[in-house]
Amino acid sequence: MIEVRNIKKRFGTQEILMGISTQFQKGKCNLIIGSSGAGKTVFLKCLVGLFNPEDGDILYDNRPIGSMGVKEKKKLRNEMGMLFQGNALFDSLTVEQNVRFPLDMFSEMSMEEKTERVNFCLSRVNLENANDKYPGEISGGMMKRVGIARAIVMNPKYLFCDEPNSGLDPKTALVIDELIKEITIEYNITTVINTHDMNSVMGIGDKVTFLHQGYKHWEGSKEQVMEESENKELYEFIFASDFLKKLREAALQNK
Amino acid sequence: MGFLHDIGKYILMISSMFTRPENLSMYAKETMRQVYQIGIGSVLIIAIVSTFVGAVTAVQFSYQLLDIGLIPMWWMGIIVRDSLILEMAPTICALLLAGKVGSNIASELGSMRVTEQIDALEIMGVNTTAYLIGPKIMGGLIIVPFLIVMAVALGIIGGGVAGVLGDFFSIADYIRGLQDGHEAFYIVIMLIKCYVFAFIITSIACYQGFYVKGGALEIGNASTRAVVNSSIVIIIANFLIAFLLL
Ligand SMILES: Nc1ncnc2c1ncn2[C@@H]1O[C@H](COP(=O)(O)OP(=O)(O)OP(=O)(O)O)[C@@H](O)[C@H]1O
Ligand SMILES: [Mg+2]
Repeated sequence: MIEVRNIKKRFGTQEILMGISTQFQKGKCNLIIGSSGAGKTVFLKCLVGLFNPEDGDILYDNRPIGSMGVKEKKKLRNEMGMLFQGNALFDSLTVEQNVRFPLDMFSEMSMEEKTERVNFCLSRVNLENANDKYPGEISGGMMKRVGIARAIVMNPKYLFCDEPNSGLDPKTALVIDELIKEITIEYNITTVINTHDMNSVMGIGDKVTFLHQGYKHWEGSKEQVMEESENKELYEFIFASDFLKKLREAALQNK
Repeated sequence: MGFLHDIGKYILMISSMFTRPENLSMYAKETMRQVYQIGIGSVLIIAIVSTFVGAVTAVQFSYQLLDIGLIPMWWMGIIVRDSLILEMAPTICALLLAGKVGSNIASELGSMRVTEQIDALEIMGVNTTAYLIGPKIMGGLIIVPFLIVMAVALGIIGGGVAGVLGDFFSIADYIRGLQDGHEAFYIVIMLIKCYVFAFIITSIACYQGFYVKGGALEIGNASTRAVVNSSIVIIIANFLIAFLLL
């Protein structure tokens, strides 16, 4: 479980996060939604310690990250996996080397064991026969999958995904979402996902947190999201598309 | 103010490198990759430039000194050899490498920063300064002395060929000069320069690349800064070494 306590983050005079508290449960897909520029990426980077929040703390299973020493932080990092918004694959390494990198760096496995693990993770994300390609030679969807494979190769306890399905076609996006959900349940991972894709919200949103203008504006499950009409900003965010609006009207009429 | 801030950050970066490597063989592998990249990438340009620098040294000195009959012919060997060892080879090679290797390193690290590859390493628990910068500095320290020794050798050959072709001196005279009175101290100074310059080139380039902020445009600026700053520091260090040691 990850507990976020009142974190604040600003860049210069621009306040991005103005005190956010929430909790992310184990074995659940926790979604952060919000419009572009709402601060989702900044929030996620604060969570994993890439940005230092000015205030507040983050507890990983009751271990506060703010007061951790270098060693403890390193240990915690070994329990994390992260998929970046821009994938952040190492472009001088092949797909296989990318996924194997954390193992090379941190595990005591033999070469065969490592290769086996890498191939397992790659098959887990439905990516076979691309082992020797470089990131520059594969499609965006494949890159996302390599990123996920690399994030899960060390069996993380915490998984962070920044817009795992942006820029993908609806079908592939669905596959990626399902994949993350399966992995989360299978290995009992605490998963936090940034997204502004409503399909993801409806598909895998065990818990949905809505960021708006630096605050946590709303929080609930995917079922509650659809019924929400009190919260104007959330409503406008979710039903931005006419298609969803009509769907909702139809659903309400049928009731 | 900005200057002092940079110096402080630079020193912090260098000192943060000194931790126990997560995995020694990964670091060794990365160091060898750097040795190869810096070495292979620069060997041709250094060979060409140093050969001609040696040639021009021989021709220039012959023209100025032999004509007026101030010195015996065989001194040309000594002059070319010692000026290459003491000044020409280390300094010119270092400036070339600052351009070639420095911009390379800064843009490699800069693009890793911009595309969040450095963040990805950080999240895995890798000490990013140690893993990304250590092997580059180490690689430079290993290979740059070799490049400069090669430059001296080729410069001497270039000087001999040019002098003989230009009819300034005979090959026998030149070789006599080369063999005359080796000053071991000059070699020590050359090696000191090699290591100091190698450190300057790689560490300044790493600093510029590693802390790139913003987008792709910034990568270009960073590699320009890497070349300009390290060239200036090389020239100053060159003076200091000569001033303090000679
Ligand atoms: N390193 C930074 N320095 C300064 N400002 C930043 C930095 N990173 C983000 N910001 C600012 O923080 C705000 C939130 O950005 P963020 O990337 O978190 O948005 P987001 O919710 O992830 O958007 P998107 O859905 O488009 O990815 C933006 O206004 C951005 O300009
Ligand atoms: Mg984002």
